[in-house]
Amino acid sequence: MKNIKKRYLNAFMATVVAFVVFFSIHHVEAKETGNENVITLRVCNWEEYIDEGGWEDDEVIDLESGDIFGKNSLVKDFEEWYYETYGVRVKVEYSTFGTNEELYSQLNLGNVYDLVCPSDYMIMKLLREDKLEPLSSDFFDGGDEKHYYVNGISPYIKGVFETNEIDGKSWADYAAAYMWGITGIVYNPERVSGEEASTWSILTNDRLYRKVTIKDNVRDAYFPTLAILQADLLTSDDFKNDKDYSKNLSAIMNDTDKATIDQAEEKLKEIRGNVYSFETDSGKADMISGKVVANLQWSGDAVYALDQAEEDDFYLNWAVPEECTNLWFDGWVMLKSGIGDDTLKKHAAEAFINFMSRPDNVVRNMYYIGYTSAIAGGDSNLVFEYADWNYGAEEGEEDVIEYPVGYFFSGDNEDEEYMIIASAEQEHRQLAAQYPSEEEIERSAVMMCFDEKENADINQMWINIRCFNLSMLSAGQCAVIGIVVLLVIAVILLVVFGKRMFQGRAPKGYTRLGEK
Amino acid sequence: MNLRFSRKHLSIPYTVFLLCFVIAPLFVVLYYAFTNGEGRFTVENFVNFFQSPNTIGTLCYSFAVAVTVTLCCTLIAYPVAYILAKSNLKKKTVLLVLFIAPMWINFTLRVVALKEVLTMIEGNLAYHPFFNTVVGMTYDFLPFMILPLYTALSKMDQSYLEAAADLGADSAVTFFKVTLPLSLPGLISGVTMVFLPSMTNYVILDMLYNSTYIMGSLIGSYFNAYDWHSGSLISIVLLAIIFILTWTTNGFQEEETDRGAIL
Repeated sequence: MKNIKKRYLNAFMATVVAFVVFFSIHHVEAKETGNENVITLRVCNWEEYIDEGGWEDDEVIDLESGDIFGKNSLVKDFEEWYYETYGVRVKVEYSTFGTNEELYSQLNLGNVYDLVCPSDYMIMKLLREDKLEPLSSDFFDGGDEKHYYVNGISPYIKGVFETNEIDGKSWADYAAAYMWGITGIVYNPERVSGEEASTWSILTNDRLYRKVTIKDNVRDAYFPTLAILQADLLTSDDFKNDKDYSKNLSAIMNDTDKATIDQAEEKLKEIRGNVYSFETDSGKADMISGKVVANLQWSGDAVYALDQAEEDDFYLNWAVPEECTNLWFDGWVMLKSGIGDDTLKKHAAEAFINFMSRPDNVVRNMYYIGYTSAIAGGDSNLVFEYADWNYGAEEGEEDVIEYPVGYFFSGDNEDEEYMIIASAEQEHRQLAAQYPSEEEIERSAVMMCFDEKENADINQMWINIRCFNLSMLSAGQCAVIGIVVLLVIAVILLVVFGKRMFQGRAPKGYTRLGEK
Repeated sequence: MNLRFSRKHLSIPYTVFLLCFVIAPLFVVLYYAFTNGEGRFTVENFVNFFQSPNTIGTLCYSFAVAVTVTLCCTLIAYPVAYILAKSNLKKKTVLLVLFIAPMWINFTLRVVALKEVLTMIEGNLAYHPFFNTVVGMTYDFLPFMILPLYTALSKMDQSYLEAAADLGADSAVTFFKVTLPLSLPGLISGVTMVFLPSMTNYVILDMLYNSTYIMGSLIGSYFNAYDWHSGSLISIVLLAIIFILTWTTNGFQEEETDRGAIL
C-alpha cells in the first residue's frame, strides 16, 4: 500500500518538476531577449481590424500622390519602420479579440497587454477604473513630422475627444482614435422604401414582420429602443432648434432611469416579436441572400455589406434614421499594467499609433477593413484622394451630386477643397456610410459607459426579454405541451410498472426472479 | 527519488491536463458561485436562481428542447442502428460510413446548409424557432445516438434471439422482451450524450435564429454582463443536474443489465 502511494507521489513530483523546468526555460528566454534590447510590444486589436497585406497585384490603389499597395502586414511594416527610424528593434506580439467584454475579462487577468483598441464605452470603463496610462506630452508635439496622429487627426473627431470626459479625465489625454462611425439601417430598396428605413420604427414595422434584424447586444438594441420611445420628441422642431440640442439629445439617449428601462423592456419585447433575429454577424449575409430586407448596422459593416452585394449585382441602400444615430469609435489606449514605468515601451506603443495614422497606412487599413479611419491626413491629401478615388463620379457622368465632407477633413463643411463630386446614388450608398453627412452627424449621440448599478439593471432587462416565459405560450401550445407531457409520463409509468401489470402469475411450482 | 519509468508515468499528460483544465477551473467556478461582488461567501446567487422566473423559464425551455431532441434522435437512430447491426458484414461498413459521414463535415458548414434548406421549406426561418432548433440539434447529435446503439446491438448474442424464437415468441415479443432490454445500456449512453449537450449548446440555437435563451446562452449572457457569480452558479446547478442524471441512469443501467442477463 505504501509502495503504491510512493509511486503516485513520484508521478506527481515528476509532473511538478516538468512544470518548473518548462516555466524556467520560458523565463530565461524572456530574459535573454531583454538583453538584446528588443522591446516586446503586446498589442490586442479587433479581429480583422488591420491590413494584413498580401494584396493581389491588381489591387494597387493609384492615387494622384502615389500608388498604395499592401505587401506585408502593417504589423511587420511597423517593426521595420521603427528600427529604421529609431534604431531599436521592436517585436510586436499581435493578438485579437471578438468583443469588448472578452477583452475586458482578459485585462482582468493582470499584465497581459500594452496597447489595446476597445470601443468608446469600454475606454470610459477602463478610464474610470484607472487602468489606462496617459499619452505622453511628446505624443502631442506637432513639430515632429513623424507624429502622424496629432498632425493628421480629423478636426471633428479631435473635437469630440476633447469635449468629452469621464470622472474629470479628458478622453483626448488617454485615447487615440482609430476607426469611427455611426449606426443606421441597411435596406433593400426593392422591398423597403427609403422613408420606412429612415426611422428606427422600422424595427416595429409590422409590414416587415420577421424581415428585419437587430444586433444581439444590449447596447446596440437599447439605443434604437430609446429612440423609438422618444421619437416624437426627438423629431420635433422645438427640440431640434434648442441651443442645447446635442446636450439634451445625449441626455435622452443615455437615460438609464429605472422607469425608462422598464418602458424599454416592453418596447424591446415588441421588437423581439417583430424582428427576424438578434444577430451578431450574420445580418450582412442574410441581406444578400434575401432572407431579410433591412438590418441595423454599423456604418463600417454597411460599407462592406453594400460592396459585397454589388459584386453580385445586387444593390442595397443605407439610411440614417431621422430621430438620431449612435456615434461610436474605437481607439488605442495604453494599459498601466503593461507599460508601467517602461519609457521605451511607451515610446514604441505611441509610435505604433503614429504609424497606423500615417496617411498611406490609413488608406491601406480603410481599403482592407472597410471602416472609416479617424485620420484626415493633415497636410497630406492621401486620405481625401482615396475617398474621391473610391466614390468620385466617372468623367462625363450626368446625374451627380456635390457631397461635402469638409467637416471631417478641415473642420469647415463649406470648404470647396473637400467636396466629392459623386454619382447621385452615392447619397444613400457607400459614400454616405463611409463619411456621414454633417447633418446626420449633428443628430448623433455617443453612448456613455453605464455604472455598475445601471449596467446591472440594463442587463437584467436584456435577460428578461431573452428568457423563456410561460406567458409567451398560446392556449393551443399549452394544450399540446400538456398532452405530450402526459404521454411521456404514461410511457414512463408503463415501462416501470408495465411488466408487473401485464405479467400473469408464475406457473405453479415456479417463482419469478426477484419475487419473494 | 525513484525516476524509473513505469506504466503509471503514462498517466502524467492526462493528469496535468485534468488538473489544469478541469479541476482547477472547477474550483474557480465554485468560488465564484458562492461569493458576491466583494468576495464574501453568500448563498444569494443560489436563492436567486430558484426564485427568478427567468432561470426557471429557461430551465423549462432547455428541458423541452433537450427532451424533444432526445426523443427525435432515439426514434430516428434506433431503426438505423438496428438495420446496421442486422445487415450482412460486407455492406455493414459502407452503411455505417454513410450514416457517420455527415459527422466528418465541419459542423458550422452543416448548420449553415441546414439554414438554407429550412428557409426553402418554411419560407421564413423566424416563424418556427423551436422547430428549427430541434431539427438542427437532432441533425447534429444523431451520430452520438447511432454509434452507441449500434455497438450495443451488434454486440448482442444472436443465440438469445434464437432461444426466444424456439420458445415461440413472435418478432414483436422478441424485440420488446429481448432486443430492447439488451440494447438499453447503449440507449442510455446515447441519451446522455444527446440530452446534455442539447440543454447547453447554444451555437446551433443562435445560428438558426432562435432568440429564446437556453441554459448555455443564459450563462454566456451573465458573463457578458460581468456577473461572473450568477453565471458560475448556473454552471454549478447544471453540473448537479448532469451528475444526478448520470447517476440515476447508471443505476438503472446496471439493474437492467442484470435483468437482461437473467432473462
